[in-house]
Amino acid sequence: MKNKKTSPWKSIRLGFIILLIFVIYAYGFDVTAVTLEELKSETRQESLTRVTRALAKPEIIEYEQTVEVVNAPVYVSCPQGGVTLPEPDTSGPYIVVSPACAEAGEPVTVQGFNFAPNTEGPLRFIPGNDPANIVELGRDNVRTDGDGNFVAEFTLPKGRASDDVQYIRATLSANVGTPRFTQTAKDTWNKIIETVFLALLATTVGTILAIPISFIAARNLMKSVRSPLTSIAFSTLGWPVGMALGIYIVGLVGDFSGPLTGNLLLNIVIVGVLPVAIPVAIRWSLPQEEISTPGPALRTGRMAVILLTVLVSFFGLYQLSGLFRNGGLVLENILGAWGFLGSFLFQLGDILGVLIPVTAALAAGGALSSFLGRIGQRAAEKLPAATVKLLNLIFSALAGATVLGLIGWLVEWLYQIGRPEFTLWGPVTVGAALGLLLAVFSKAKDSLPIGLVIYTVTRTILNTLRSVEALVMAIVFVIAVGIGPFAGVMALGLHTIVSLAKLYSEQVESIQAGPLEAVQATGANRLQTIIYAVVPQIVPPYISYTMYRWDINVRMSTIIGFVGGGGIGFLLQQNINLLNYRAASAQMIAIAVVVSIMDYVSSALREKVV
Amino acid sequence: MLQVKNLTKIYDGGVKALDNVSFEVPKGQFLAVIGLSGSGKSTLLRCINRLIDPTEGQILWDGEDVTAASPEEMRRIRRKIGMVFQHFNLVHRSKVITNVLAGRLGYINPAWSFLNRFPKADVEKAIKQLQRVGIAEKANQRADELSGGQQQRVGIARALMQDPHMILADEPVASLDPVLAHSIMKHLEEINKSDGVTVLCSLHFLDLVHRYADRVIALNQGQLVYEGLPKDIDDKKFKDIYGRDAERVG
Ligand SMILES: Nc1ncnc2c1ncn2[C@@H]1O[C@H](COP(=O)(O)OP(=O)(O)O)[C@@H](O)[C@H]1O
Ligand SMILES: [Mg+2]
Repeated sequence: MKNKKTSPWKSIRLGFIILLIFVIYAYGFDVTAVTLEELKSETRQESLTRVTRALAKPEIIEYEQTVEVVNAPVYVSCPQGGVTLPEPDTSGPYIVVSPACAEAGEPVTVQGFNFAPNTEGPLRFIPGNDPANIVELGRDNVRTDGDGNFVAEFTLPKGRASDDVQYIRATLSANVGTPRFTQTAKDTWNKIIETVFLALLATTVGTILAIPISFIAARNLMKSVRSPLTSIAFSTLGWPVGMALGIYIVGLVGDFSGPLTGNLLLNIVIVGVLPVAIPVAIRWSLPQEEISTPGPALRTGRMAVILLTVLVSFFGLYQLSGLFRNGGLVLENILGAWGFLGSFLFQLGDILGVLIPVTAALAAGGALSSFLGRIGQRAAEKLPAATVKLLNLIFSALAGATVLGLIGWLVEWLYQIGRPEFTLWGPVTVGAALGLLLAVFSKAKDSLPIGLVIYTVTRTILNTLRSVEALVMAIVFVIAVGIGPFAGVMALGLHTIVSLAKLYSEQVESIQAGPLEAVQATGANRLQTIIYAVVPQIVPPYISYTMYRWDINVRMSTIIGFVGGGGIGFLLQQNINLLNYRAASAQMIAIAVVVSIMDYVSSALREKVV
Repeated sequence: MLQVKNLTKIYDGGVKALDNVSFEVPKGQFLAVIGLSGSGKSTLLRCINRLIDPTEGQILWDGEDVTAASPEEMRRIRRKIGMVFQHFNLVHRSKVITNVLAGRLGYINPAWSFLNRFPKADVEKAIKQLQRVGIAEKANQRADELSGGQQQRVGIARALMQDPHMILADEPVASLDPVLAHSIMKHLEEINKSDGVTVLCSLHFLDLVHRYADRVIALNQGQLVYEGLPKDIDDKKFKDIYGRDAERVG
């Protein structure tokens, strides 16, 4: 470093690096098949011209057309003794080739007469001696003047010499009447609408689910979540038991509600009354503010009312779902052109019907888990250490066995291994052993950093899923739910969840800690702290990221159809495969228009909100 | 009555921020906590409402063991302890009134927080507290539109919303200019004298201590080095507290 001595090693190293770079790029060119030779070849250029010209004329608007098709004989390489051609029929449009024979590759003059004025079309060579042959060569356009005549130079194609007579054909057409949209334009419109709504749904669903996930994927919120092992084990057990209970009970509610949904009037009455009754019950059982601690009798009463209210609410949801479905069917029939509103209502009802058990399972699981967790917490605080240790040993083993057993069950269900020692007894034993070990080696009453564990697991899952491309997810979903926009929504939605959850959680991690601390100090619990100290701080970045994701989803939804995920991509790919470039061009234009409009709208919105 | 017994806090990095600190604060006293920056004042105040869990020792408040309280008991204890911060710690993007109302959260049923609703009585109470600190007209402004002094008043109003029996003030005037500092200190003094609220306030300047505190404790590197009346801090005590090189001015 001190003296600038040029070391030979340095030069050698430099040379070696250059050589290495050369090799790398050479290999890169080879594997990506970069070759300009191909571009220079004549057939390539010809098809390139054809495609480009087709792309320049998107198939959006069409007219009624008058078409006049006329052939004129020509000899390529003049036969011995010259040629005698029949007089053309001059009663209609006709063309004259002069001279009537020439060598291949030589120019001839083509004159057209008696055509309709101002028509346009290609002048082409028809090989073989069949005037009806549909094979045409050449791509020169001609245009008639105001009198319906034209004169054009035409080069006879090479390699088409023949002793027989061949033809030159003029196909001249003119637009008449008013323009109208082509079928392609209509299809494109339908599909582009589908595309936009695909992006909208995926973004909505993704955002809604990503928000709660982002909180448990934020280190600063999870770091302080600690619980004694008793509480952790209890609440772990609470999830599966609660979910099973929830599904079972809501199933009973559904069975009870089912026969009542046929009656539209009863439906409406129930759906109308419950929203009034339920808040009253909730207001009584969950007083807004309470200075003194309520006695056991009052507590039990409230608990019972809450449970009942929840059951009644689910009953109401079932009724609502039924109302939507039946009402939707009715509306679909009455509304005519607006029938899609009815079918939308029907779909909403259907979705609601599917979501009710899921919600019930999650709610019951969460409720039982937090209830048991609290009991565990109490037990760990109040009971003597030896008893807590014993509880820990039993329930930690049980919880470990349950968790791994459930994972094993999932594996069995997925892969149908059919060997319980691997998918049932194995995991259960290992889980129990792990739980036991944890209970043995942790101090009975110590708080364990369960928050960090959940954080780490969530982050790992997110990172793994995020590395899967949305298109790949779409392929998987196409297999799972079939070709169509639904698969696209699922794939884009899932990808939105994982990528937004990551981005959101980074925002949560970068909020100011001061307000958090201040709100906590007032006695607010975790949920309240999030609502009053975290949420206000993250609203602007959340909106901005959602917009950004919306942009991405619009783009993605245009191509997700390539793998069968619905939207305009499907149409585009089809037309490209069919060499229907003018239609493909219409779709590409539609994509460009939509993407740039969305881009503009979202950036304008972002400026306003943030 | 607040009793702190043998309190020790060792942070994860191994820093001993509090070293076997014991003292008592009778009800209604204005206690100043002084010491150099890094001496453990913030740590001490945050141990009292368990924003930080002490490593060892015990804190008793009106006979209740704060250090052994369960999360639910802690919620009940915290809502009786207001806290005021050096950097105000308001939620910037929320309205002033919302920041003040947040002081009620320890009383509100968490289920209702989902709806972002406060009882009417609380809203009226919040306006009253804002009037008390003299900025009622700012209620609907965003918190970050206020000046530093105004933000600290919002902080005090938030603490008052809790109907506190004790206020922990962590260098409440360190980021304010001297004139504003006195106005904020006067608010704390008024709350202390007329409501009988115990105040623990960490301070930088001795003149503020002399002017407002009933009693003072001093920390140096986590150890309690002085406990007594402000006027009894002589030059030797001063050097114990602030180090040998410190010069007493004014
Ligand atoms: N979260 C923390 N992690 C590790 N060390 C900390 C943390 N907070 C404070 N400390 C250290 O503890 C000591 C006391 O800090 P603090 O209580 O903030 O003092 P003061 O408020 O008197 O300035 C300092 O040495 C500081 O570096
Ligand atoms: Mg400090």
